[in-house]
Amino acid sequence: MEDKDKKIVSLHLKLMPYLEKYGILLLLVIMILVMHILQPDVFLSWRNVTNVFKQISWQSMLALGVFMVIVTAGIDLSVGSIMMLSLMILAVVAKAGAPWYIVVITPLIAGFLCGLFNGLGITLLRMPHPFIMTLGTLYIFRGTGNLISGGTPISGFTDEVRYLGHGRIDLQWLGLEKSQYLPVSLVLIAIVYIIFWIFLNHSKTGKWIYAIGGNPNAARASGINVNKILVIVYSLCGFLSGIGALILAGRTDSGYPNAGLQSELDAIAACIIGGASFFGGRGTVLGVFAGVMIMGILRNGLNLMDVSSFWQQVLIGSIIVLAVYVDVLRRDLGTRK
Amino acid sequence: MSATTNPLLEAKGITKYFGTITALENVNLKVHAGECLGVVGDNGAGKSTLMKVLSGLYKPSAGSLFFQGKEEILESPRDSQNLGLEMVYQDLALAGNLPIGENIFLGREPTKNLGFLKLLDFSKIKELTNAHLDKLKINVKSADQKVEELSGGQRQAVAIARSTAFNAKVVIMDEPTAALAIKEVGKVLDLINSLKKTGVGVIVISHRMDDIFTVCDRVMALFQGTNFAEANLSSTSRDEVIGWIMGKK
Repeated sequence: MEDKDKKIVSLHLKLMPYLEKYGILLLLVIMILVMHILQPDVFLSWRNVTNVFKQISWQSMLALGVFMVIVTAGIDLSVGSIMMLSLMILAVVAKAGAPWYIVVITPLIAGFLCGLFNGLGITLLRMPHPFIMTLGTLYIFRGTGNLISGGTPISGFTDEVRYLGHGRIDLQWLGLEKSQYLPVSLVLIAIVYIIFWIFLNHSKTGKWIYAIGGNPNAARASGINVNKILVIVYSLCGFLSGIGALILAGRTDSGYPNAGLQSELDAIAACIIGGASFFGGRGTVLGVFAGVMIMGILRNGLNLMDVSSFWQQVLIGSIIVLAVYVDVLRRDLGTRK
Repeated sequence: MSATTNPLLEAKGITKYFGTITALENVNLKVHAGECLGVVGDNGAGKSTLMKVLSGLYKPSAGSLFFQGKEEILESPRDSQNLGLEMVYQDLALAGNLPIGENIFLGREPTKNLGFLKLLDFSKIKELTNAHLDKLKINVKSADQKVEELSGGQRQAVAIARSTAFNAKVVIMDEPTAALAIKEVGKVLDLINSLKKTGVGVIVISHRMDDIFTVCDRVMALFQGTNFAEANLSSTSRDEVIGWIMGKK
């Protein structure tokens, strides 16, 4: 009897690392199956799948940025505002008649500088918590965005500017129909996520980001310049928000004052659902992607089934709480008692 | 060890303020190659602060550090590591979410080039870690185990392994046996003795007279942030050292 218990215990200890790594993907697959059963004709159609990816495209950039910040046990509340400010700068520069390659690069630089501002504020001004600095810049950046645009939407960009958010990669040479195209934003998500996966898991800086989240004192004692790494992390987070702005510009063909409103909360939610820990040092790029997908599929699926957006809010909130509770249970199982 | 050779590490007149609190006042310390210096003192006597000054984690408010006779200004722990000065912290300073090997090489990870990219060389980290742990006769299941899964003794062993992985000349250990099982205390003390034999200067902070009298050659006592007493082990006794800790000569 005892032997059998031991076997079960050792089995679950062996499975635990895999569950911890890939459990969230399991949840994603289950969701896809459920949606497919509920909406067999529509949900997995080419049109709807590409639609989901287009919808999550800019959120996935914000989520990835916020994820890196959360790994350092920090938080960035300003990503939605960084995106809005970058978008407004893009719109103003585009309206001023700048060539497309300048227009395309402005949101990236603007986003990076906003993130740099956050990082320098947190480290140089020695803010007690990044929450405070980025709460401040949440207002500052959005206010600035409205100041430069006059608080009104600015619309109409060239095709080059819209390419990343709106472009299509034709697949007719594969014998597919014209409607079966690949959105450029999907390819962009894949490329950016792969780059950041390599960065976080296979570079020194990436390893140090995890070390800072695990134990900042250990990182400091190891000679790692913690403040420098934090500035890099917040700058990259801003840069990713800038990419988000460029995608959004393509998708909506407009810079508008409400862009990215509350999307910092969506980004945080995606990270938490994806298994990142607020205490830092935990979580994977794959998990964040799954978190973004789960939120995207949930919204899409509920739209397909004509569920009111109020119920969507209730459900997404419930999923956040549930996902973290499942995580708590999983950790309980994982620790030997 | 003799007084004629230059000390490996010497601190002169170290003073450290934290706001209005004086943690250290005009403290001197030296350690020679192959020597073990024991530092004793009551809680709050300034032992840990002194060690953090030596390792470059704190900048002293006044005073200077000499390494192999040359004055050095330590801006960060990286500077002291580059000199060959390693610290084993009381709180161990390990990142629990990272595996053993990555903790040992944290901040100094070996890399390999992939085109223009410099990527971490995980197989080399593992190989070097296993070789180093073998050398120190430290037993763990695998170098890939996360530090948070280890026992207190194993964590201490990893911390010591970490400090000695890069040809250290001086190793500073803050309460190295405090969290250990009795069996593991002996191992750590053996480790200190073998470090001494290789010419490493060791500074041990400890409350345990057994540790001090097993491995140290000299002992100094801090009292309320100042040098209180110092003697060669052969010319003092446990009772006298315990008296120093309490401020009695």
